[in-house]
This record gives sequence, C-alpha cells and structure tokens, in this order.
Amino acid sequence: MTSPQGPFLSLTDKLGRDVFKIDGEQPHIRIDHEVCRSECSTRPCLYVCPAKLYAYRPEQDEVFVDYEGCLECGTCVIVCREGALKWEYPRAGFGVQYRFG
Amino acid sequence: MTEKVDVVVVGAGLAGLGCAYHLASSGLEVLVVERGDYPGSKNVSGGRLYLDPVRPYYPDLLSPEALPQLPFERAVVRERFTIVADQGATSVELQFPSLGGPLPHSVTVLRGTFDAWLAEQVTRHGGMVVPRYKVDDLVWEGERVAGIVSAGDEIRANVVAAADGALSFIAERAGLRQRHDPDHFALGMKEIIELPRDVLENRFGLDSHQGAAQLYFGSVSQGMLGGGFIYTNKESLSVGMVLGMGAMVDRGSALQAHELLEAFKARPEVAPLVAGGRLVEYSAHAIPEASGQAMHRRVRDGLVVLGDAAGLALNMGVTVRGMDFALASGALAARAILEAHQSGDFSERGLAGYEAALQHSFVQRDLRTFARMHTFLQNPRLYAAYPNLAVGLLEEMLHISEGPKQGLFRTALKALRRVPARHLLSDLWQMRRL
Repeated sequence: MTSPQGPFLSLTDKLGRDVFKIDGEQPHIRIDHEVCRSECSTRPCLYVCPAKLYAYRPEQDEVFVDYEGCLECGTCVIVCREGALKWEYPRAGFGVQYRFG
Repeated sequence: MTEKVDVVVVGAGLAGLGCAYHLASSGLEVLVVERGDYPGSKNVSGGRLYLDPVRPYYPDLLSPEALPQLPFERAVVRERFTIVADQGATSVELQFPSLGGPLPHSVTVLRGTFDAWLAEQVTRHGGMVVPRYKVDDLVWEGERVAGIVSAGDEIRANVVAAADGALSFIAERAGLRQRHDPDHFALGMKEIIELPRDVLENRFGLDSHQGAAQLYFGSVSQGMLGGGFIYTNKESLSVGMVLGMGAMVDRGSALQAHELLEAFKARPEVAPLVAGGRLVEYSAHAIPEASGQAMHRRVRDGLVVLGDAAGLALNMGVTVRGMDFALASGALAARAILEAHQSGDFSERGLAGYEAALQHSFVQRDLRTFARMHTFLQNPRLYAAYPNLAVGLLEEMLHISEGPKQGLFRTALKALRRVPARHLLSDLWQMRRL
C-alpha cells in the first residue's frame, strides 16, 4: 500500500496534508548562529524534529530552519539546552491549524 | 485599550475550557483567549480520555443522561497491549464488563471536535471564547499578575489562569518553573488515517460505537523510552508514537524521529491495520513526563497554572493520561478562584486552595503513587532485552520443529540467561516500588 492514497507517505507529502497558514513576515523560530557554532556540537535539532525542518549547511557553517512546516510541538526548543533558538508561537491566525488533533 | 474581566483563561484546551466552564456557570465574567483559529486547532492528544476520574468534577456534562451529547468517537471496550520484539510480537488483551458497560470507562476523542464542543458549553453559560488571540506577555502590578498583553492591548483580570499547554511560556515568565529539560518531556507524533467505517469495524472486531485501544511497547521505540499507539475513531485511526526527548538526544544523529513512526506503521503487526487507509493529518506535540517535578509552584499572586502547563500528565507505559488531569485541574482551579472571588483575596494565599485541592485529588495522588514510574520506564532493557526475551521464549515454546523439543524449564532458563542475572534482579527489585 505505497500508493499516494495509502497511509505511507513521504514526509513532504504528509506535511502537505496539514493546513498551514504561513506568516511570510515574521518567522516564529530564529536561530542564534553564534551560540550554535560556539556552544553546540551535537545539534539535536537536526534529528528530533518530527517534520525534519532543520538542516545544516556546511558552506555557511549554519543551521537552517524551514519554519513554515512547523507542527508547533516545541521539541527543538526543549532539546536546545544552549538556548540558541528563539522560539515563540506564531502570531495569532498563523501556523498549523489542526482539524482533527 | 484596557478592559477588565474577573478571569482571563489563556488557552482553549481541556484545562482552560474546563476551568472557564465552571467559572461561567457560577456567573463570573470569564474570557478564554486562544491563539489558534478555533478551539482545538492547536491541540493534539493521543486520543483517549478516561471518563471515570473526571465524572465527579463535571457531573452535568458527563452524566449518563448527557452521554448522547458528548462528542466522543468510540467507547473503548477492548484494550490490547503488545510487546514488540525485534522480530515478532506478543499481545495481551483485556475485555471486561466494566469496559463495555453503559457508562464508558474511556472514550476516543478528536480534539478538533471535542474542544469545539467544550467551548460551546462555556459560551452557553455566558463565558467568552476568543480565538486568534495570542498572549504576548503578562501585566504586572508589583509582584502580582494583573492581566495579559496581546499586540499592545491589555486585558486586566483578578486572576489569570495559564492553561497554555506543555510549553507554558507563561509559567516560565512568572518564574514558576525551571527551563525545559528534555528528560521531562516526550515527543508525541500522530497520524489520522481514515478508513471506511465497516472496514475499520471488521478489522478491529468492533460493533458500531465500540472502540479499541492498542499500545505497543518494545523495539518499536528502538531502545528509547516510548511506544506506539492505535486508537479507533468513528471513521479513522489515531496512529502514533511517543518518544522520550532525553532518550532521543542521547541516541544522537543516527536517529530521525519521524522515521520511527513510519517504521512502526510498517511493522507486520501494524501494517495490515492501516492498509488502504488515507492519511489526512500529521501532528506532533510535547508531552509532559514528570515535568511536574520542575514546577516550583502552580500559584502566585493573581495567577494559577493548569493542565499540561502545570506538568500534569502521567505515562505508565500501559496507560497514558493527561486529558483527565487537565479537566480535573481546570475544575479545581475554578473552585479556588470562586473562593478567592468571594473573599476578595486574589493573592497567592487567597488562591492556595487550588494547590491544596490538587494535592488531595486523584491527580497528585496518582502522580505521587507512580512518581518512580518515569525513572523505571527509562530503563532501555524494557525496550529491547525483555521484549526479545518474552517473544523469544513464547516462540520456542510454540514452535514445533524437526527433532525433539527441550523441556519447558530448560527452554525458559536458556531464554533468561540472555539477560545478565544482576540486571534481572535489580529490575525486579525496582518494580517492587512502583
């Protein structure tokens, strides 16, 4: 049952089933790259995010976040012990809108 | 613009709405603010609510007569607990009259529906529920919380009830808890997979309205604190996984959290149950696990903290609870606020009845009784060595192959030898105190 209609989807397709209202003006997650670089060697944000929104870009030596697909669980900010993430809820009227929940 | 109400509740989840329901019913002017587009739009739960503990707190809403109006999905009549080994699995199932009686012991819920219904009960009693309203900060008068700020507007209140969920930035801002610690939280991931009603009922052996709850424990979490779950809704399944955040961090970059959920669904024990279904939603949520330990207090002048925000949740492996705690804490907070309203004392002392009532209620009693559970469940042997032992032993007993079989005792002894005796003994010793 791997048809696009089945229950096994790629992560991108899975997130495509969710309703997101994207805030193009104000990202709700910001990364302090200085703290990232100097304090953190393990980068748990890269592997705990259930939407896999974090990626490391070696050419810039920076962790990048695609905040638009955020499920708002907060796992990244909880595991970031160094405090490199400025994470707040999206502005009112934005972000994921669960229909089932 | 400055407004003033008796109570502002932050967050339209079960704790906040439950609190507001009681306050509005008693005639207080209560305002619930919710950052999502509608109540429930930011809320996620595994999907099962235990009704018995909370019925006394909501006699009107949860009475036998009110049951037909209650927007639950299915009444759970069958509990199944599956121990999953690297290969193979073994299940224990419970069917019991109390599970299938006229008053359901637990029900499956979808928060989109359930929270919208609870919000309606609040407004029906004169409470206000305002969605698309995000709280940016608290209003302070000296040491006292005096209201909330949103987009520059102030709303003042005698009491602010923080029901803003597991991450509770309000509790943090008010200095009521420490910074979040990964060891105090689990990640919950969940999919809603639609199935035609008749297919679902056939697959799980259910009549209409009947539901099943199935928990999976063992190698599904690949040695980490956690497990999988399936709850049946009317025309969909809630399929998900819970993983301890501390354990995930320790595992390191070999892990990708979301891949564990895919691997869970692909297990031969699970795949036939979800086959042909249509995935309609993917959600994730932080679950407090023993995070109550990190709470300094749940009350200060003009402020009470409820539900997930107060770290009120309990994972015992075989049962996972949070929604019943949330509803109870909402009712208890409302009681304390009403007392404070009568005495006119909204200070920490005036609201102290909340903490005292929590301590005496099933919420804190269960949390105290099972306080060691969280530590116990962090034992990696529970998710690898023991499931493999149990499933392996059964397999050896039941599998008839060529040649003579060994005696039962010798087979068991051989299986047990795979776990060092000192581990077995110390784990058994720990269980004595659960």
